[in-house]
Amino acid sequence: MKLNGGQMICQALLNEGVDTVFGIPGGAIMPLYQTLPQYPGLRHILVRHEQGAAMAADGYGRVTGRVGVCFATSGPGATNMVTGLAGAMMDSVPVVAITGQVTREAIGKDAFQETDVTGVTLPVLKHNYLVMTAAELPRVLKEAFYLARSGRPGPVLVDVPKDVFVEEAEFDYPETVELPGYPPPTYGDVEAVQRAAELIAEAKRPIIMAGHGIILSEAYKELQDFAEKGQFPVSTTLLGISSFKADHVLNIGLPGMHGSAFASHAINESDLLIGLGMRFDDRVTSKVSLFAPKAKVIHIDIDPAELGKNVRPTVGIVGNVKHVLEQLTPLVERADRREWLAFIDELRIRHPLWREDSDDEIRPQDVIQQISDLTDGKAIIATGVGQHQMWAAQLYNFAEYNSFITSGGLGSMGYEVPSAMGAQVACPDRTVWTIAGDGGFQMTMMELATMVENHIPVKIALINNFSLGMVRQWQDIFYNHDYVATLYTGNPDFVKLAEAFGMKGIRATTKGEVGPAVAEAMETAGPVLVDFQVEMSENVYPFIPPGTGVAAMVEDPRLVERRA
Amino acid sequence: MAMNEPIKQHTVVALVYDRPGVLNRVVSMVRRRAFNISSLAVGHSETPGLSRMTFVVEGDDTMLAQVTGQLRKLIDVVHVSDLHKENTVFRELCLLRVQATAETRSEIMQIANIFRANIVDVSHDALVVEITGDEDKVDSLELLMQKFGVLEIMRSGRLAMVRGSSWQPVTSTNGTAPSWVSNTGAGAHTKVAEQQTSAVLPPG
Repeated sequence: MKLNGGQMICQALLNEGVDTVFGIPGGAIMPLYQTLPQYPGLRHILVRHEQGAAMAADGYGRVTGRVGVCFATSGPGATNMVTGLAGAMMDSVPVVAITGQVTREAIGKDAFQETDVTGVTLPVLKHNYLVMTAAELPRVLKEAFYLARSGRPGPVLVDVPKDVFVEEAEFDYPETVELPGYPPPTYGDVEAVQRAAELIAEAKRPIIMAGHGIILSEAYKELQDFAEKGQFPVSTTLLGISSFKADHVLNIGLPGMHGSAFASHAINESDLLIGLGMRFDDRVTSKVSLFAPKAKVIHIDIDPAELGKNVRPTVGIVGNVKHVLEQLTPLVERADRREWLAFIDELRIRHPLWREDSDDEIRPQDVIQQISDLTDGKAIIATGVGQHQMWAAQLYNFAEYNSFITSGGLGSMGYEVPSAMGAQVACPDRTVWTIAGDGGFQMTMMELATMVENHIPVKIALINNFSLGMVRQWQDIFYNHDYVATLYTGNPDFVKLAEAFGMKGIRATTKGEVGPAVAEAMETAGPVLVDFQVEMSENVYPFIPPGTGVAAMVEDPRLVERRA
Repeated sequence: MAMNEPIKQHTVVALVYDRPGVLNRVVSMVRRRAFNISSLAVGHSETPGLSRMTFVVEGDDTMLAQVTGQLRKLIDVVHVSDLHKENTVFRELCLLRVQATAETRSEIMQIANIFRANIVDVSHDALVVEITGDEDKVDSLELLMQKFGVLEIMRSGRLAMVRGSSWQPVTSTNGTAPSWVSNTGAGAHTKVAEQQTSAVLPPG
């Protein structure tokens, strides 16, 4: 069957099970767009900025585990997507981006809207392709989707010159890929698994650190079985949140810079860390030489380069964590860890996640708590980056798996709105709340128009502290309260702004208004923005300053005072 | 956690697809990860469509493990091996343009002879000397030629090949892993991934 390049792409998307594409057309990608009406199985959502397309595809990819797809034109269209794609790389999210390129003849001539997009994105993607003939497209698209979702998932970009979209060639979509240098690992080495079991048998104070790998491999049951059998406390990294039930008795929460103090103290006392599908990021370890000084380390990850990159494991196992846990759990003895768990419980009492009650003003934490309570922990929660993100990570009581959508590795402000949009499109039957900061929200708020236009009923909780809160917090701690360029004195009226976009806007300025505002948002069909004007000076605690260890942890001074 | 590991020189050989941009991908990764590479040589392999790259890397074992690990992650890199000095032949090709007069020409040629180097170009005021050998041999000749005046040097960078008894044909999954990594995840217990065809690679 002969198809032109644009038709090949649409047909390949359908073959790969894609139902939604986020994007914006432009000159170089127009031939592909003009083909879309021939393929009614592909829903195109017209975003307002290409960064939104990439981040929506990322949100879609995270909640479904399927490949999120975004389109952009050459030059500025493609460069606008880079932040979104780089974030998908850092957080191992399956995304395929298709970009238009200037015609083959014009490449290298600094043509209008020409950018070397494969060159620009080369260091921040899993892989990319510049397709110079339509005949290559079937193989390239097959590989792109396979690479995006297999092994350690990640974004793949396919750059297609304008005239390749209209060139005709035989379309014979391959069933298999031939990538000899790319064997995605599955099961772990049997001897190494045996050695891991031996380390576990010797350990008195083991802790699991569960990461995004649990979610990506859907190893929820395997993690729970493993943890329960061995009676291991489970700490979930930022991207591991919602891989293990929040209310499970073994869950000790987030480790690291803004993790729960008791989790950090427990890790500090541990004699065996079991890292599952995670990468010992610097936000988890702080200074590596001070991290978990008494612990041996079992590190299980699908990416061999992660083993020993940050923390040298005692035993490193390369494999899909779901399969490795299937191998490891039967080798683990049922254990009695009452002493160790009681020790952690004491830590939990002494170092609780604590906040001071306010009289009338809204503490940002109150908002998260109310959303958590009123959704029974069952919503999908998207966040931006900063204080609100950390409070959401600390306080939302996740009752459903894979429900926390956050920019962890890259830490992109502005992620909150488009990623929530992508997640809601993927999961129309679930409640999606985005916890937004007023800084990040203003980076991508044009996507409210996309939400309204496409009836995407995301509920937006704007934690509005009229500042870049996390930077302002660092100014408090490291720069003697010298608030350089962190205070917003000209924020718009966000309620009017929501209304201007055609969605409901609600404002809450006192503590008593938080619950009713959340309830009203949930009762409203369609997207809603709630402007929670919160107490500005609230800081996120605990805090382990970068480059230090648990000993340097700063707890809420008000808590320390009370304890004394 | 291992600290202060000794800095060593390693030779890493990568078999890569001969496609536009592959060198860029490899070099970009090296730069991004701040690896210290002192030599890089690229050329065709015995199989059409595949090239071989030889890197000389300086660093401790942790860094070397990262270099090979990150190289393997590049989709266009088919195979990576870390070659040990004891069982490997190292060679480098060097061209030297040396100032020569009627008085010095014969002495230069004598020295070249001792090194089994060739004179590949002669003009009234210069000679081009071609030498092949390990880096020490090339360095020594270069040093001896200094006194005549070296006008230009062109070195190929190190090429490396494992000696007979240590040689194994390349398969898609072998390669050396650091001591703390049990395997590369595709050992005997591995089920072949869906869609992944079992790729047959050329020998060598």
